[in-house]
Amino acid sequence: MFHFIIQLSLVCISLSMLGLIYRVIKGPSVPDRVVALDAIGINLVAIIALVSILLRTNAFLEVILLIGILAFIGTVAFSKYIEKGVIIESDRDL
Amino acid sequence: MIEIFRFISGALILIGAFLSLVAAFGVIRLPDVYTRNHAASKSATLGVMSILLGTFVHFFMEQDHFNSRIILGIVFIFITSPVAGHLISRAAYNSGVKLWEKSVQDDLEEAVWRRNNRVRQRDN
Repeated sequence: MFHFIIQLSLVCISLSMLGLIYRVIKGPSVPDRVVALDAIGINLVAIIALVSILLRTNAFLEVILLIGILAFIGTVAFSKYIEKGVIIESDRDL
Repeated sequence: MIEIFRFISGALILIGAFLSLVAAFGVIRLPDVYTRNHAASKSATLGVMSILLGTFVHFFMEQDHFNSRIILGIVFIFITSPVAGHLISRAAYNSGVKLWEKSVQDDLEEAVWRRNNRVRQRDN
């Protein structure tokens, strides 16, 4: 029963990732695509947690933290690029 | 005892998967980038936090393994995901993405206009 619940949740999250991929492909503006990619990264965290339950191992749980940090940094860099045109500003190139 | 905790972690995981699915439906169906951001950054965060909590309970009960990385992951997602949503929404507004054509109120436009006027008066 527990196994079945995990598999059902995996199917649900896969469907939601498919919906987000639809938004990445179709989204009319760039921020749409960035929002969808951020949500895909967050969903990937959930998939890793469920797969590590299915495989009965706790070796993949560092990956959860890693993907969370990478998704945040990527979104911040993208939003700064959209807003200002550069990611890392320097004082000299005014 | 272990059956009770298995039920709890299964319920948390199912709730999380359902919330994640609801967030994806919101991202597909809502009309403009701000409402889509609202759907994605709230319910996806809550769903994934619930799934991680269920995973933590599972590993704690089945294998007697207290995994602090999952707790850190929950805290990190809870802190950073709304911040990322705010940043990308502000970038969308400042780069000129239009609101939905049926939306009736835009307070930020008026505030930005007033600020620009104030800056212009100060410079003159």
